[in-house]
Amino acid sequence: MSENELDKSKRGFLVATSVMSGVAAAGAATPFVASMFPSERAKALGAPVEVDIGKLAPGEMMRVEWRGKPVWIVRRTKEMLESIEKSDDKVTDPQLAVDQQPDYAKNENRSIRPEVLVLEGVCTHLGCSPQFKPKDMSPEMGADWVGGFYCPCHGSKFDFAGRVYKGAPAPTNLKVPPHMYVADSTIVIGEDKKGA
Amino acid sequence: MAAPKQPVTGAGPFNGVLTWVDTRFPLISLWKEHLAEYYAPKNFNFWYYFGSLALFVLVIQIVTGIFLTMNYKPDAAQAFASVEYIMRDVPGGWLIRYMHSTGASMFFIVVYLHMFRALMYGSYRKPRELLWIIGVLIYLSMMAEAFFGYLLPWGQMSYWGAQVIVNLFSAVPFIGDDLGVWIRGDYVISDATLNRFFALHVIAVPLALLLLVAIHVMALHEVGSSNPDGVEIKKRIDPATGHPVDGIPFHPYYTVKDLFGVAVFLAVSCAIMFFAPAMGGYFLEYNNFIPANPLQTPEHIAPVWYFTPYYSILRAVPPMFNSQFPGVAAMGAAVILLFFMPWLDRAPVKSIRYKGSVFKGWLAAFVVTFLILGYLGTAPTTVWGQFGFDAFFLDTKDIATWAARVGTIVYFLFFLLMPWYSRRDKCKPEPEGITH
Repeated sequence: MSENELDKSKRGFLVATSVMSGVAAAGAATPFVASMFPSERAKALGAPVEVDIGKLAPGEMMRVEWRGKPVWIVRRTKEMLESIEKSDDKVTDPQLAVDQQPDYAKNENRSIRPEVLVLEGVCTHLGCSPQFKPKDMSPEMGADWVGGFYCPCHGSKFDFAGRVYKGAPAPTNLKVPPHMYVADSTIVIGEDKKGA
Repeated sequence: MAAPKQPVTGAGPFNGVLTWVDTRFPLISLWKEHLAEYYAPKNFNFWYYFGSLALFVLVIQIVTGIFLTMNYKPDAAQAFASVEYIMRDVPGGWLIRYMHSTGASMFFIVVYLHMFRALMYGSYRKPRELLWIIGVLIYLSMMAEAFFGYLLPWGQMSYWGAQVIVNLFSAVPFIGDDLGVWIRGDYVISDATLNRFFALHVIAVPLALLLLVAIHVMALHEVGSSNPDGVEIKKRIDPATGHPVDGIPFHPYYTVKDLFGVAVFLAVSCAIMFFAPAMGGYFLEYNNFIPANPLQTPEHIAPVWYFTPYYSILRAVPPMFNSQFPGVAAMGAAVILLFFMPWLDRAPVKSIRYKGSVFKGWLAAFVVTFLILGYLGTAPTTVWGQFGFDAFFLDTKDIATWAARVGTIVYFLFFLLMPWYSRRDKCKPEPEGITH
């Protein structure tokens, strides 16, 4: 065989070897990629939590932790409930078209009981936890502030039903987590088997 | 095999040992190629300090980092306390930590000035395109390194900053949620996240950085340094010596110059370390002196100053189609555009000295915009108040948000219109060789 002639059989063998090495390398990468997913222990730490709201006074908010996330429970006053209706034309999604709540909370107040609001306190923009800003915060929040929630990270504003105001970076309303009442003043967050 | 090497001369009593090494390792040729006979343009000015300074800060960060890991605990239950332990109980620990935290900000200051130098003098133009691209990769690695490192003290800003940045990836359509979980190793920022960020911060990214810096220097020494006149010194070779007429050996001329730069740099850095290590909340944010609390976001969160121009761009873009991805994409594009600089600039000359007023104007606008966006990123969106009127297009009345939107547009136009305005600009002719 002269120097310039190509030995096709050897080239085929080399190509096949390279391809197989590539497959083997991809296979070897699998456990490393997989090891970065949540461990079994992390997955197990997602159980529902039970909350007593008996001591929650009207106009107050309490925070509980569920799956490492803050969940808010607000006992809304009559004035707060009225402010929701007023903000209908200021929010992006007044009809709740985007599925951010279970069916039993798909109503004007986004709750099972009108006065008790249960929300995941995680901004739908980039995951900060917004702050509770009742109406009396209006000097700081602007004169037309009727009360709601304000995200300090990127300025998203939400009303007292967790609906996002127009012009906010957050794309959707705050999420209502699955929850149910197991007694008059006890809520379980993370479970809703009885369809509430 | 190459011809047998000449024995080393001129090193007095060390001639023997150097000859012994040189026959087993390319010591003398490396020394000549990269220092003693690397001919650099003779007209380097102030702006040319920042390359060597960046290398110097990298070394500082690695050395101080090694000593910090000796006492730091990458564990969500212990991390915050271990940093306080370093600050209060470890002898000299406070100084090492402030060197590292000040060093991080100084690294970005130096690199931003280094990049601005390249923009001014056209250092990214042919034949230095690859050099520039490697540089942008270094910049990206630095961003990753800074981000991973910022979680480690496990303060409020660490936690919520990481929350926001990881959620940037969760905003990617379709795979976002899984991608976010994969990065965190959990459904929220947690001990698993801290542990892996530690691994990435102390091993993976520093290795990548060192490799990229080595490649950057190799590419630089292949094509040769640019200069304030933007002319190639390799075009005019002195026939007698074979060296560029306008070149001088890097060592001793520029090693001495750069050592002077190091001295000034150290003076400035020490002043910060000893008198203002938090730099008014810009280098170390006050909220980070509070332990991470997953249930409460601080009143006002902002990234460290070096990320704030991009953070402003992120905030400025409104959500579209029920997704915040457009803002995330704009933020990413703002960095990625840098890669294309060598091909966006179509001016016939490299240096700003010979470019026309249009390019100068755009570059000035870009710098001012970058600074304004940077400032706005540190402040809440309400910082400049609200418009006193209402209009149908005003989705938000915050003046700062609108300012950031204008800034974002200017930022992008600087790059996107460059092929057009750089070609039409009235440039002066480049000189044959270096003038000053």
